[in-house]
Amino acid sequence: MTNLLVAATIPDSITFAVAAVICLVGAAGVVLARNPVHSALMLVMTLFGVAVLFLEEDAQFLAAVQVIVYAGAIVVLFLFVIMLLGVDRKEVFGKEPLPGQRVTALCLGLLGLAEVLLLARDKWPTGAPSVSNALGAPADNVQQVGQSIFTTYLLAFEVTAALLVVAVVGAVVLARRPRRGPGDDDSPAELIAAPDDAVTGGDVENLEPDDDEVVDAEGASWVPVEPVEGDPSESEVTAP
Amino acid sequence: MSISAAWYLTLAALLFTIGAVGLLIRRNVLVMFMCVELMLNAANLTFVTFARKLNDVAGQTAVFFVLVVAAAEVVVGLGIIVSIYRRRPGATADDIHGLKG
Repeated sequence: MTNLLVAATIPDSITFAVAAVICLVGAAGVVLARNPVHSALMLVMTLFGVAVLFLEEDAQFLAAVQVIVYAGAIVVLFLFVIMLLGVDRKEVFGKEPLPGQRVTALCLGLLGLAEVLLLARDKWPTGAPSVSNALGAPADNVQQVGQSIFTTYLLAFEVTAALLVVAVVGAVVLARRPRRGPGDDDSPAELIAAPDDAVTGGDVENLEPDDDEVVDAEGASWVPVEPVEGDPSESEVTAP
Repeated sequence: MSISAAWYLTLAALLFTIGAVGLLIRRNVLVMFMCVELMLNAANLTFVTFARKLNDVAGQTAVFFVLVVAAAEVVVGLGIIVSIYRRRPGATADDIHGLKG
């Protein structure tokens, strides 16, 4: 722990202390706020604190990306979803569905914290400084991260592009409105009936269960047609 | 001389613990998701700290990829949450114990 006592300059210490307090207060606020909107705003506070810490550690590029991506995009997405779903009501903390869960969670958390703090002492796994990708002057941070991404980690970067495309397609598929009442409760019969129509495509799974009479004009136009023609046409296409 | 790495790692450990405990004790799916973001940020802070400590830019590159994966994860996760809430409004994590919908 002698490493903790290395003298730091006064501005650095003040910056770190303020940012750390902001981070911790924000994190506690995320967990303790009863209103999800307050949780999201507290999350913004934590993210800004972490961005300041990134700056303090000479990671200028990541600090900017942290503010732009996290605070600018992700939290806004959270807030959009909260407002869209109207779940900004307060959560009831009174009853505990799983008895003793909070105490157990706190004990587990403290145990994990103690473990990590034990590891955060001066004993690094190897402790060997890098020889290949050494950090340069702080002013070159953006250039260095860019070079690292586009040379050493180029494959991972390309895979990242594929990941983002998959995420976008997945979000579109998930968020597609299933063309029935938003408050509809589902019965197990519908869910069991749905996979039978897997051949006919995604929309039918949502349309089929209870919308036969509601969207009869629309459903009659193509729902009965698909299963009849689906199999022969597919076999004809694939055979030659 | 800047702040020693142990302070950053301690702070990251605290952030991670708060996120983990929040994930365990909260019932609101959205807040649980935010707690996951807290834990990711703690991991990012550790990455950047070790990048400085070991003088290697790869740690910062890893944070970049974590950010991208976090963004993708949030998009898909919020899509799932929206579809869950559409089926049963006001659902908490306890109401989603069955995977059949």
